[in-house]
Amino acid sequence: MAISFILVLIVLGAIVLTASGIWWFTPLASNWNEIDGALLITLAVIGIAFVVLNIVLAYFVLRYRHREQSRAQFLPDNPKLEKILIGITALGIVILLAPGLFAYSRFISPPRDALTIEVVGEQWRWSYRYPGPDGKLGRANPKLISPKNLFGIDLTDPAAQDDILSYSELHLPVGRPVLLHIRSKDVIHSFFIPSFRVKMDAVPGMVTHYWFTPTVIGRFQAVCAELCGIGHHRMQSPVIVERLEDFQQWLAKQPTVATTVKP
Amino acid sequence: MTHHTHHEPQSFWTKYIFSQDHKVIAIQYTITALLVGLFGLVLSWLMRLQLGFPGSFQFLNPGSYYQMLTQHGMIMIVYLLTAILLGGFGNYLIPLMIGARDMAFPFLNMLSYWVYLLSVIVLMAAFFVPGGPTGAGWTLYPPLSALPNAAPGSGWGIKLMLISLVIFIAAATMGGLNYVTTVLQCRTKGMTLMRMPLSVWGIFIASVMALFAFPALFAGGVMLLFDNLLGTSFFIPAVTLFGQQLPREGGNPLLFQHLFWYFGHPEVYVVILPAMGIASDLISTHARKPIFGYKAMVLAMAAIAFIGFIVWAHHMFVSGMNPYFGFFFAVSTLIIAIPSAVKVYNWLLTLWRGNIRLNVPMLFGIGWISTFIIGGLTGLPLGNVVADVPLHDTYFVVGHFHLVMGVAALMAIFGGIYHWFPKVTGRMLNETLGKLHFWVTFVGAYAIFFPMFLMGILGVPRRYFDFNALQYLPPQTSALNIAITVAALTVGAVQLIFLGNLIWSALWGKRAEANPWGATTLEWQTPTTPPPHGNWGAQTPTVYRWAYDYSVPGAERDFIPQNVPTEPQVLVGAQSTVR
Amino acid sequence: MTVHHSPNGHRDSVTPARVGVWLFLGVATMIFAALVSAYIVRMGSSDWHSLPKPGLLWVNTAILLLSSAALQWATIAERQGAHRSARLGFVAGAVLSALFLLGQLWAWAVLHKLGYFLNTNPSSSFFYLLTAVHGLHLLGGLIVAAWTVRSSERLQLFVTYWHFLTAVWVVLFGLIVLT
Repeated sequence: MAISFILVLIVLGAIVLTASGIWWFTPLASNWNEIDGALLITLAVIGIAFVVLNIVLAYFVLRYRHREQSRAQFLPDNPKLEKILIGITALGIVILLAPGLFAYSRFISPPRDALTIEVVGEQWRWSYRYPGPDGKLGRANPKLISPKNLFGIDLTDPAAQDDILSYSELHLPVGRPVLLHIRSKDVIHSFFIPSFRVKMDAVPGMVTHYWFTPTVIGRFQAVCAELCGIGHHRMQSPVIVERLEDFQQWLAKQPTVATTVKP
Repeated sequence: MTHHTHHEPQSFWTKYIFSQDHKVIAIQYTITALLVGLFGLVLSWLMRLQLGFPGSFQFLNPGSYYQMLTQHGMIMIVYLLTAILLGGFGNYLIPLMIGARDMAFPFLNMLSYWVYLLSVIVLMAAFFVPGGPTGAGWTLYPPLSALPNAAPGSGWGIKLMLISLVIFIAAATMGGLNYVTTVLQCRTKGMTLMRMPLSVWGIFIASVMALFAFPALFAGGVMLLFDNLLGTSFFIPAVTLFGQQLPREGGNPLLFQHLFWYFGHPEVYVVILPAMGIASDLISTHARKPIFGYKAMVLAMAAIAFIGFIVWAHHMFVSGMNPYFGFFFAVSTLIIAIPSAVKVYNWLLTLWRGNIRLNVPMLFGIGWISTFIIGGLTGLPLGNVVADVPLHDTYFVVGHFHLVMGVAALMAIFGGIYHWFPKVTGRMLNETLGKLHFWVTFVGAYAIFFPMFLMGILGVPRRYFDFNALQYLPPQTSALNIAITVAALTVGAVQLIFLGNLIWSALWGKRAEANPWGATTLEWQTPTTPPPHGNWGAQTPTVYRWAYDYSVPGAERDFIPQNVPTEPQVLVGAQSTVR
Repeated sequence: MTVHHSPNGHRDSVTPARVGVWLFLGVATMIFAALVSAYIVRMGSSDWHSLPKPGLLWVNTAILLLSSAALQWATIAERQGAHRSARLGFVAGAVLSALFLLGQLWAWAVLHKLGYFLNTNPSSSFFYLLTAVHGLHLLGGLIVAAWTVRSSERLQLFVTYWHFLTAVWVVLFGLIVLT
């Protein structure tokens, strides 16, 4: 009997803690309300299932506990009931999967006019490179990384000369789609901005991608979400979203490849 | 009549140490696994001390923390759960439940235990070498795990870990060959596959999975070892570590991830399927009612096993792999939810209209259902690819896998131990301590892991030494972490009471009758308790019915053992009980 | 030959040993499949260089095929009751297999002399790894056979295992030679 009571208490406790809202999504600051939507539908479906199934469990244990003279009924199966339950489950799965897959197909299709920015991860910091006035990021090669060329820029590529470098902060213009090209110099990291719902691994030897549109002006934080050594928990970087004019002003003050990177 | 291949052992050494008797080997596996699990448990206390009270302890620095995290994960999943479910429960139950005298290959069986023990020793040796054990996460992703000084334990630590895993895989293969062959070839007369108890089905299907999954880890592990030890570049691309360019190039870190998870995902089903089978038997026996939908339960386990081999890349949704793979793996992952859900409904429907004895094994069975529900359900947002993006590598994942593997599976294991202890030792475990063990573990587990889902939704990453750098945490988070730590230490303490109960009751516990629970399965029908060498005396049993004749209408008692012949007349108004 | 009665009472030639060996072949298939797929993936990288293939490898392949043939002859002879021919075939097969292993080691030495070590480049790494894993399975099989082949049933199982390893070698050899 106590077990039924405790099960109900656990369900109530879970609901109360969740509803308190203390630990819930950070306010969304990007276009990805579809991700939030897919996640919320999924959480709603599993939340209902969690409550219903545990209440049923609590009830059955209470109602059918052993008492004097009680006897179980011999009910080995009921194929019709099984089929109905499978049908309901499959329906639930489709309800949460379909919106998710639609959102995913948009997720993997960056818009053509996205601003390209390179993110470079290393133990234990993030750096950034902007394409500069020519709109093209110059080639980079991990073999060219040196103390004077921390990004490994291929200086023979003319498109690289005007690239703008930021060694600590990511600045973004509000309302403009951004396509990140993410790299790592050493081990696997993961570039995670909770407010934008952005996350993509930074893998040495490849370039990974992620796109989003920041929609809220403010100061946010990028953290590392893949264990990368003893500094993993300190590997973070400010992300500043600002008006276009402020963004361009900031950009103009940053070092470029031409002025700071030597072979 | 099945064959048995060895004579009665004579000396102390051949009876208790180098025994080929599956029951002795099972106990050896269980004791070793519990001891190594205790060590893993202590590591979890230390981690929680750091997370609840950051900076309070000198020896808890990031390096040692990441080492503990890594070792805790590897120990619990591989050296505790897999070993105790297959090597412990599998070895003890399979021959007894199918009416065999022993395993098909008793010598290989004995060898498998000693090789397992060797793997444990090699694993532990890493704690004593310069640099200590590896701190690259139980997933051992290169380049972090392979490059010198990239992570703690990159010297002897990672080498010993990989060598230990290779040795474990040899032991697991020997064991798996035994369990599968024995089920296929050594069943007693009348014991058809569809009359086997679900405990056997769970362990059997899991063993098949293990046989086909571990080789991928073997291949990946050997290649990783070569990358670390011999300078190859299977997984290492061109890298610059701490300003130094390393003489490597061309390797593919994602290749390791594919190999690892091709093993890793089936591995979690290797852990959960035996637990499902055991839970089914606990619930039906103690509710005095046949398991609901036996055939569906078997088919569901087979479906989970099969589909379990084609979901692996849901661990890699944000790894940088080809994004189109995301569609496939999200669909396959969510499909596997269906047979799992069917099993949950069937456990509930077994309780429905039952005659539920709330003894300790049943309490753990109920605990299994509840924690498997939440553990399993929280896999769905993770499998729904786009929803996984914010949740991957956050505390949501930590909550999910702990509840499903670290709690639910453990509920089944504990329930199984309380249930079969009288058969193994001839004595009962202390019931009051058992209930205490259940209550603290069950409620405590929810207290520890439920809040982690909320932390994950907020965006708190996993594998963090402390959360000082995160600027978006509500101030109540440190109090929450303290609460979780207190719960964890309390749950940890009660496990010590359980271990004490095991030892005390084995020596001085109340004497048990041959079949204290009134169970139908064959292991309760041995001539003596504990069962003798060769299990059955002069004649192996003959089976006439399935494993779930509980509360059969018109029967004298509320259970009919499998080896009781069926009545010639048909009972009016009742369904046929012969399956 | 151990007689096994299945639950329905029939006399069966599917013995536990047979089931065990076939399961093990499944396991071994998985490990070679993992290595081969890793090879194929790794081949896609820009730093892949083809390896010189010593002509010795062709000789070794022929020797292994011959050893399989000898062992097959041994099982056929055994089934027909010609025990002396069977023993001859078995010994010939074992000797040829040992020759194959020695030949593989010699091939390693040849590559060493040409400057290709384990960590020289990815294709050399894979060459040594694949041949080592295959060779260890062969060696292990020889050792277990010496210890346990006592009956014609066991001989049959050993030969099955051998044919499997020969087939695996043909695949690995093809992969190495063609890429």
